[in-house]
Amino acid sequence: MKQSLSRRTVLTKLGLAAVAAAAAPAVNAAKTTVQKVLVKTEAPKDYDPTQHKWQMAFDVNRCIGCGHCVEACKQENNVPIGPYYRTWIERYIVTKPEPRSAETRGEVRVDSPEGGIHGFNDVPVPEADILQSFFVPKLCNLCEHSPCVQSCPVGATFDTPDGAVLVDPKYCIGCGFCIQACPYGCRFMNPITHTAEKCTLCYHRISRGLKPACVEVCPTQARIFGDLKNPVPDDPLQEFFKKNRVQTLKPHLGTDPRVQYANIDKEVR
Amino acid sequence: MDVTNVVVEAMPHFEGYVYPNEATLEPLWSVLIVLYPYITGLVAGAFIMASLVRVFRVKALEPVYRLSLLTAMSFMLCATLPLLIHLGHPERCYEIMMTPHLTSPMAIFGFVYAWYLMAVLLLELWFDYRLDFVRWSKTEKGFKGLLYRILTVGVTDESVGAVALDHKLSWIISIVGIPSAFLLHGYVGFIFGSIKANPWWGNVLMPIIFILSAIVSGIALCVIHYMIVSWVRRKPIDMRCLDIMGMFLFYALVVDATIETLDWVHRIYSKEEDFAVIQQMAREKLFFSLNIGQALCGTLLPLLMLGATQLARKRIPDIVRKRMYLASGMLIVLGVLAMRWNVVIGGQLFSKSLRGFMSYKMEFTGMEGLLMGGAVLALPFVIFVVMVKLFLPEKSPAQAAEAVTI
Repeated sequence: MKQSLSRRTVLTKLGLAAVAAAAAPAVNAAKTTVQKVLVKTEAPKDYDPTQHKWQMAFDVNRCIGCGHCVEACKQENNVPIGPYYRTWIERYIVTKPEPRSAETRGEVRVDSPEGGIHGFNDVPVPEADILQSFFVPKLCNLCEHSPCVQSCPVGATFDTPDGAVLVDPKYCIGCGFCIQACPYGCRFMNPITHTAEKCTLCYHRISRGLKPACVEVCPTQARIFGDLKNPVPDDPLQEFFKKNRVQTLKPHLGTDPRVQYANIDKEVR
Repeated sequence: MDVTNVVVEAMPHFEGYVYPNEATLEPLWSVLIVLYPYITGLVAGAFIMASLVRVFRVKALEPVYRLSLLTAMSFMLCATLPLLIHLGHPERCYEIMMTPHLTSPMAIFGFVYAWYLMAVLLLELWFDYRLDFVRWSKTEKGFKGLLYRILTVGVTDESVGAVALDHKLSWIISIVGIPSAFLLHGYVGFIFGSIKANPWWGNVLMPIIFILSAIVSGIALCVIHYMIVSWVRRKPIDMRCLDIMGMFLFYALVVDATIETLDWVHRIYSKEEDFAVIQQMAREKLFFSLNIGQALCGTLLPLLMLGATQLARKRIPDIVRKRMYLASGMLIVLGVLAMRWNVVIGGQLFSKSLRGFMSYKMEFTGMEGLLMGGAVLALPFVIFVVMVKLFLPEKSPAQAAEAVTI
């Protein structure tokens, strides 16, 4: 079983291996491009995602916790009944500190009964004990460095050039890795399709010039949405960023969320 | 498409505040995902055990070389099974290999697995067994004869040169196999360790802890397999071999326990924002599986028993030592299962809002239930029994020939 193993053949093989290793990133980039072209979104054919950059922001002071946004989202996107939410509202109740406790605040109670879809009718602590309370709407944080996109083993979830993070339900294998990787609890496993699901910014609507359902129904304009590449006169988004100092959620994780909040509290995670 | 009313709402028990999407009846990754790192770890550990013989020339362990390789192989064949069953769309699983997303820790696992199965385990076993296959194919009739003939793949050269080449290649594959085994299981650790969203998982030590606990569990399983196979065949146990296995098991367990303790020391000392949650996990949610299962029964008791056999080997009679090794092995194998449970299930018992806890009660039936978990865990043992029947006769033809020559 002797084989001729000349220096030439060894070097040729090593060379080929090196070329293959060097070509891998290029092949991967090409594959990603092809994937982006081939992946079907809910946008109309003439929609060019490179001409838009969608942005969502929240003015927490304006949210009244009515829950219309949650309901609109569930209906618009056929989100299954049960603990499955593309958007939800959290209520924060900060109680007064105990007398002579030398604290600035008492305890912080957070709840979101059924995602806040029916509003928040009961107050779990006597009103006299409340220092302050506020509502925080939540949805996909549209991270610049999304852990969900990074971790999807098949590339079924992807960033679109216009700033959305989408899932291709025909491609998703339902492993749940993206759900574990999302620090904000924004993803869920759809119990009917058995694929990962999340807020799409109502991609089927925004790509047709409409607002996302949650923004459309918000009675107080707590949700501010717009296109950074095509500002309109008196653009609410531009106004928002002019008037407010903003924060993102869990900035220490380095995900760089594009969704930004004004008037938020340190307790919000 | 109106399908919104199909799902029955069932609110599970949870404390404090959990994100609404986390308030599901069962954790997303349940018992099958507990078994996945467990089975993979046993593969890596059993292989390391085998390579002690081939690469590190620990002659005393020769009687368990093939047994370890067959253990590794039987578990390797089932390693991806729990993952596959767990997928929402198992029919799309090939996409992981066809269109891997290279930034995903999970995507590369398919390749690591394939490499380990095809290039390491199968090849090493084949080179080690080739001569036996040739001889068996001549003596055995019927199905077994046919199987051995197929397994020779037509290479029936019995010359001294060919056998020497077999040994050499087997040795080279073993050397490649050691980093591959580390890669295989370190990789599984990285799948969890890379999830920065979850403070219970996102930990740089995770791959190392996974590798070390894998080595410990693999050696322990080989100890158990060796003792049971010897008992079933009514063959005397080679005490020197068992003592050496016990020694390696002890040292591996010392290193593993040290690194896992270091992880806890670091968590307790650094007291990051998740500390309150982690504290409550250890004190309440995972009290039994972590403190009793993993730490006391799976680590401390075996450490004491194995430590005693190291310190006073000559003073402890053989029969007692055997029982101590078997008990330690079983405790370790169960303790590492508890460790996998604590990692996988523990990581999903608290909200990523760090404000509340979920609970998990395993179903009995169903795809993620106790029965399915038991079946998946039993399968590699069944495969192992078949493999031992086929490939581990009481005396292999090569050994028989050697005995005659001597």
